[in-house]
Amino acid sequence: MIGNQLIDLYARTISDEKQHSVSDGAAAGTEKRYQVLHKDYQNPDVLRKLAASIKDHTLHHLGDYLAKAEKALVSRGVKVHFASTGDDAKQTILSILQGHGVTSLTKSKSMAAEEIHLNPFLIENGIECLESDLGEFIIQLDDDIPSHIVKPIIHKNRREIAKTFQREGIAADYNDDPETITRRARAYLREKYFKAQAGITGANFVCADTGRMLLATNEGNSRFGMAPVPLHIALVGIEKIIPREKDLSVFLNLLGRSATGQQLTVYTEFINGPRSANQPDGPEHMHVVFMDNGRTDVLASNCREILRCIRCGACQNVCPVYRQASGHAYRSTYGGPVGAVLTPLLFGDRFPELADLPKASSLCGACNEVCPVDIPIPDLLLRLRDKAHREHVHSPAAIPMSPFAILATSPSLWRTAMTMSKAMNHLPIQVAPIKPLQDWLGQRTLPESHGGDFRKWYKTRKKG
Amino acid sequence: MTHPTARPLGKRVLLMGTCLCDAFYDDVARATVEVLEHLGYSVDYPEDQTCCGQPAFNSGEWSASRKVAKHAAEVFAGDLPVIVPSGSCAAMNRHGNLLQHEENPDPAITSLANRTWEVIDFIFNGIGIKSWPGRFEKPTRIAFHRSCHSRGTHTGEAVRTLLASIENAEVIPFGQQEQCCGFGGTFSVTFPHISGQMGTLKLDHILDTNPDMLCGIDMSCLMHLSGLAINQGRPIPHKHTIQILRDTLLS
Repeated sequence: MIGNQLIDLYARTISDEKQHSVSDGAAAGTEKRYQVLHKDYQNPDVLRKLAASIKDHTLHHLGDYLAKAEKALVSRGVKVHFASTGDDAKQTILSILQGHGVTSLTKSKSMAAEEIHLNPFLIENGIECLESDLGEFIIQLDDDIPSHIVKPIIHKNRREIAKTFQREGIAADYNDDPETITRRARAYLREKYFKAQAGITGANFVCADTGRMLLATNEGNSRFGMAPVPLHIALVGIEKIIPREKDLSVFLNLLGRSATGQQLTVYTEFINGPRSANQPDGPEHMHVVFMDNGRTDVLASNCREILRCIRCGACQNVCPVYRQASGHAYRSTYGGPVGAVLTPLLFGDRFPELADLPKASSLCGACNEVCPVDIPIPDLLLRLRDKAHREHVHSPAAIPMSPFAILATSPSLWRTAMTMSKAMNHLPIQVAPIKPLQDWLGQRTLPESHGGDFRKWYKTRKKG
Repeated sequence: MTHPTARPLGKRVLLMGTCLCDAFYDDVARATVEVLEHLGYSVDYPEDQTCCGQPAFNSGEWSASRKVAKHAAEVFAGDLPVIVPSGSCAAMNRHGNLLQHEENPDPAITSLANRTWEVIDFIFNGIGIKSWPGRFEKPTRIAFHRSCHSRGTHTGEAVRTLLASIENAEVIPFGQQEQCCGFGGTFSVTFPHISGQMGTLKLDHILDTNPDMLCGIDMSCLMHLSGLAINQGRPIPHKHTIQILRDTLLS
């Protein structure tokens, strides 16, 4: 019996309120991206394809560029670590923190950290770890999970946030005015910054030629968090390298516009390494942890284009399935189209657990159309469906296709079936004991069968 | 995935009628023949044709879909243009088929890819007809759903230009036009809830603009949308673009 897909089942369970928050927020993001990108670029495709080719080149020579980046970073006084798994990365970060006697830190938004669940790990190990990005801070207060790459709380509305602030004692009373919420969070967080002994960040780009690292934020939280602390640790996926600083002109022009419909994010931070002699503040110690965590396996697969991703979330915003189901439906850090490709791949041997994600798409191609690095996401989803089938991963909702193939390769059988399909017009097919057919027809009226009529007309007509 | 670059030289074409037209929408295949013949083309319909193989391809059963694609490539062998009244089947021939054969390219499959045209793209860019001498009897507001599988092709522009050139026709914009209707073939069966929600949203946007008819280039999208609309008590007249070209010409 053909069952239902998990993501479809999940989509039925979410409240209308949550679904509207997600779809309204996502649609607004799509609209803003379009306006800003197309206002500034007559043909953004040229830029998208250039960005894709730079990323492909880098990935093709990733070993060389990583070595180059390491050398450049070291020459700036940065300590560089390589972590092959998420556990390695967590242990590396923990031992750096312990070496500096850190018991409290602030962390700016990092998908890499989300991917390996760094926060709970550090807290378990006795380190107070405060999210300083407003959205992530609210996620932390609610013990929730981010549901979008750049808008982690896209699934929440301001009334829920106001309630959380009241419950957690961050605000004395209920107030759901967005500006008031932000001011209250700011007042609360400000004090915490000065107690922290280290700052953890991700990185949007690392330039291999100079070792300069770039962070794009809208709240200035990573910059603020770094100013008073002696230690900065950056957790960076190995695919974040770009060859040259000047390539940033391509990527920065795409990142803000694609992610939030901004020409640039409010803060674009260039990090040159630890504090130099003539700088008044900033961390004296800086560590960069380059994390693989399955990425070299992805690089070796036939879905390597997904490593071009610059985590803008444009594919999530535009995806009609994401809008209906929310990011949480994808049971992993990365939801939406990018997640449906990336997560099952990053899961390695545990691919079967998430092999249903690539099926959660009508293959409409909107994700590819908006992707700043032109990732052919529908093609990758199809390759993963093929992979799941070849590896005999059980799928509750697979419609067996071999009968179809037999019919579609036997012309006379096919013609007979077409003519016979007319019988449907006289049978109560709604009661046929085929669950998916019943479900389909429960919502839709099927047109009348005209099986074989065109063939008959074509054969018997007089040519005009 | 754009249209074939070479202009068709001769005046003969092959029609890939699509399985949906074979089963339900005979008049769409018929309109395709009538319009192409009106334009001076002779249209052959190879009778051993079945389906392009997309249902199995999208399901990830590439061993099955390659067999169907191979059959199609044999049925449509030769060097004549293959015209299909569906953006989705055109995309399967032109792109999907190459994807599922990327490890073992097959010359017959590649040849089919290079010769396949979505019919409106063929009329507009292949033959080069940039306006349509048709007429609606009274002012007609048309909502055009572009169909996702025509993304990145010239079909959308071709349809809009040809429809807009018809006397008394107005192509009206509606909200979130870039969004999918939610059909997606087997997707609508295995993701019935999400598919239905997507289709309902699409209908909301279309019906908000109070069109006289819905038009498309894929009967699959139109079957899904009109089927939902009937069950929701808000049926909407719908036609394939090629039917509009024929009907306005004859009237």
